[in-house]
Amino acid sequence: MTVETSLEVTVNGEQRQLPAGLTIAAMLRELGIEPAKVAVEHNREIVPRSSLDTVEVADGDQFEIVHFVGGG
Amino acid sequence: MNAPHSVQADSWTVSGRTFTSRLIVGTGKYKSFEENAAALEASGAEIVTVAVRRVNISDPTQPMLTDHIDPKRYTYLPNTAGCFTADEAIRTLRLAREAGGWNLVKLEVLGEAKTLYPDMRETLRATEVLAREGFEPMVYCVDDPIAAKQLEEAGAVAIMPLGAPIGSGLGIQNRVTIRLIVEGAHVPVLVDAGVGTASDAAVAMELGCDGVLMNTAIAEARDPVMMARAMKLAVEAGRIAYLAGRMGKRRYADPSSPLAGLI
Repeated sequence: MTVETSLEVTVNGEQRQLPAGLTIAAMLRELGIEPAKVAVEHNREIVPRSSLDTVEVADGDQFEIVHFVGGG
Repeated sequence: MNAPHSVQADSWTVSGRTFTSRLIVGTGKYKSFEENAAALEASGAEIVTVAVRRVNISDPTQPMLTDHIDPKRYTYLPNTAGCFTADEAIRTLRLAREAGGWNLVKLEVLGEAKTLYPDMRETLRATEVLAREGFEPMVYCVDDPIAAKQLEEAGAVAIMPLGAPIGSGLGIQNRVTIRLIVEGAHVPVLVDAGVGTASDAAVAMELGCDGVLMNTAIAEARDPVMMARAMKLAVEAGRIAYLAGRMGKRRYADPSSPLAGLI
C-alpha cells in the first residue's frame, strides 16, 4: 500500500511519525506491541478492546499505552 | 488447601468474592520475576497487587509480569501507586479495568513523595467517582476512624489503613486507631503499608483486622521466600489468636502454679 501522507502522534509522551490509515490495533503492531496485553487511552478516553481494530489514528492524537507491572 | 484439623476454614469476603488467605502481597521490588513467583507461592496469597505503567515503546519485547504470575490463577488487584491526584488515579484504574476487566481495585492517592502518606481529600473524591463508575475500590488510607467511615459511605468495599509509611517496615504504629477502625467498619479492614516482619502482621490480625497487605517486608527480606512463609504463618497465627480470645492484661503478677502445698 502506498503511503500517501504521514501523521504525527504522541505515544506515551513521545512524538512519533506514522503512516496514515492505521487503526489503533495496527499502530500497536507496528510498534511491536501485542494488543491483547495492553490497555489504550486515546485522547484521554479509554479505547474498548473491541474497538482497537476499528478506530483510526488521526494526526495529533495522543495515546497512553499501559500494561501491568510489579508494584505494591 | 491444607488447614489444621482443629480449625475451620476461616474465609473472608470482599465485594461478593470469598478468599481463604488473609494475606495480600505486592509484586514490586523483587530481584526477578522468578523470585517474585516463588515468594508468592510460599505466601499462600490469592490476591496480588500490580501497578499500571506505560509500555516501554523502545523495547516492547521485555518479559512481562503476566508471563510469570498467572492472572487466571491469582486475583490481580490493580493499584494506583504513583498517583498524586484523584484524576490520575481514576484514569489509571479505567485503563486497568480495560486491560484486565477487573472492577476490584486498590485505590491510593498519595500526598507527597517523601512520606507517601495518603492525600485523604483526593482519596475520598476518587472513591466517590470510582464507586459511581461501578468499580469496587479497596482504599488505602490514614488510620483515622472518621476518614474510614467517610470512605465506606463513599463506596469503598474495604478500608486499608496504613500501619506506618509505605516501605518503612516500622510496624503497626497506632494499635488504638486501627482497632477503632475495625470496630466501626461494616466492610473488611486490612492493614496496608508499614509491615516489616512477621510479628507486625500478627499484631494486625490480633487487632481484629480481616487481612494484611504487604510488599516490601517480603521483597526486601534477606530471604524473601522464607519471609513469605513466615508471613503466611503470622497472619494465620494472629487470626487464630484473635478468634481464640486473648487473656486479659494485669498490672501485676498472677501466679500460674498453686499456692497451697508448698513444702
